Amino acid sequence: MLTAAEIEDGLEDAMSSQANRVIDIDNLSLTFETNDGPVHALSDIDLKIEEGDFVSFIGPSGCGKTTLLRVIADLEQPTAGSITVNGVSPEQARINRAYGYVFQAAALYPWRTIAKNVALPLEIMGLSREEQQQRIQKNMELVNLAGFENKYPWQLSGGMQQRASIARALAVEPDLLLMDEPFGALDEIVRDHLNEQLLQLWAKTNKTVVFVTHSIPEAVFLSTKIVVLCPRPGRIYDVIESDLPRDRNLDIRETPEFLKIAHRVREGLKAGHSYED
Amino acid sequence: MPALLAWFVVAMVVVGLFSTAFKPDIGILEAPQLALCLVLLAILGVRYELGFMRNWIGDLALGVVAALAASLLISAAGRHEGDAALGFWALTAATWAAFWLFVERLAIWKSRSLLTTRIVNLAIPAIFGITLLILWELIVTGAGVPKVLLPAPSEIWLRMTTSVPTLWADFQQTFLKAVLVGFALGCGAGFLIAILVDRVPFLRRGLLPIGNLVSALPIIGVAPIMVMWFGFDWPSKAAVVIIMTFFPMLVNTVSGLAASDAMQRDLMRTYASNYWQTLFKLRLPMAMPFIFNALKINSTLALIGAIVAEFFGTPIVGMGFRISTEVGRMNVDMVWAEIAVAALAGSLFYGLVALLERAVTFWHPSIRG
Repeated sequence: MLTAAEIEDGLEDAMSSQANRVIDIDNLSLTFETNDGPVHALSDIDLKIEEGDFVSFIGPSGCGKTTLLRVIADLEQPTAGSITVNGVSPEQARINRAYGYVFQAAALYPWRTIAKNVALPLEIMGLSREEQQQRIQKNMELVNLAGFENKYPWQLSGGMQQRASIARALAVEPDLLLMDEPFGALDEIVRDHLNEQLLQLWAKTNKTVVFVTHSIPEAVFLSTKIVVLCPRPGRIYDVIESDLPRDRNLDIRETPEFLKIAHRVREGLKAGHSYED
Repeated sequence: MPALLAWFVVAMVVVGLFSTAFKPDIGILEAPQLALCLVLLAILGVRYELGFMRNWIGDLALGVVAALAASLLISAAGRHEGDAALGFWALTAATWAAFWLFVERLAIWKSRSLLTTRIVNLAIPAIFGITLLILWELIVTGAGVPKVLLPAPSEIWLRMTTSVPTLWADFQQTFLKAVLVGFALGCGAGFLIAILVDRVPFLRRGLLPIGNLVSALPIIGVAPIMVMWFGFDWPSKAAVVIIMTFFPMLVNTVSGLAASDAMQRDLMRTYASNYWQTLFKLRLPMAMPFIFNALKINSTLALIGAIVAEFFGTPIVGMGFRISTEVGRMNVDMVWAEIAVAALAGSLFYGLVALLERAVTFWHPSIRG
């Protein structure tokens, strides 16, 4: 299921720093030791992500897609294999504040206003007040939340809260954005809207995005590259390079090209699943 | 219900006016002002049922006349202490029902002005409390209850106003010294140790059980020991208060520090936030509702602890000392005066902490409503 190009990539020295390679994962495995014996959350993962890519991890629950994202973010430690983020270890990348992470829930602090929530990472980074103020304003505008600076999170809708959490991740001004099912809890209308906004944002800022989802249309609509994972042990089943134009809108979901890719993703998910039974 | 209450007022006034109020044979009609007042009260009580003055003026008039009737009734009872008969009890019931009616009308008042709403919200519990005091006064004087068993509120009030210097000295000794110092040190120590316990895992296993043990010590055993250690004056009482307040603060702060969820902690980790940044920006704000719970519990515990501790050796000043000696001298009104001061101080202290809590944890679902 790996393409020839990727096998070549895998053979390269993991340490070789390529100018435009953001994430380089080689032979990575992660096993959780539990009371019921070891759980192979990730097994033999090989993956390269280039600068400017929009990569989606898709798979059924328990396939390790969130775990893989957490390994990139240094929130979980792999038990074997190697991984570099921006050419350094994930821990060093985290300490360099190389990425912004958007969680499944907004995780805004209820005692802080929206603006102060966006300021949270900036305070921790020790930026000056003017710099903080400027970044808050810029990123609140970017996610269309200007005017809600002094509201508290519990005064906003779920979609607005999630947008605020994206603004908070962007305020760090990372080149890499890690998003773990950020729109999973939202209804489809809001989700479509936010997907479109996210694409515009990605086009404007040219960031690298790694996006975890369990929605096929969402993955196909957003991505330049779709990684299909399957469970027990969590592993990569298929990597699909999307040839859809970068500049797309929601109408693209009706085109044959879109449906073709969606079909391939669905086949991959099915095959990965039936392997189990 | 209001209709029933209104007719009850009328019935009681009628019974009161035409039967013996005080032994051997004194009727209310001999006190024309009071009689007039009661007739007015009965009419105002049933005005909703009769269909006139159905507005706030009528409600207020009812309240004013009820207050007037109560004060006249109290002075009449004062002149015939212990001689109350059926008529007096009927009128007591009528006054009580009239106040109830008044509060019930007040509770359904709708006002557009925020200030009026706030005043009404404060007035309702105040009038309720005053009604209880009036009933207490009427029953105790009317039935001639011995002072040693239960003095009337007026006697307690008289004692309070004539003993202000003593009460103030006792309040200073017990509340301003022992309680406040003990509270601050006990809560402060509990808080700091909690942070230490949270930081050092072995302390959690070693220190928490010991803290638990200390809190289980009976105060009447600890207090005399503290007197031996720290002397007769207020420091030994403050020490008792420290022992009582330390543990609730420790336990609550430790659970509060664990209240943040995994996602919030992961978030701080992705920012490469250090221990102190995570503590101040996430974990302490998260712990505030727990910490304020402890502060509220401790605000009342501290006062009880200091007063009880004074029973085991003290200089000749202090609320606990005064209570224990005046009981012995059968000066029960002084005991009640101290109890009133303690209740007032305790409630104010608790209220202050609760107000601060509202300001600090405004974001918590239990407060933002």
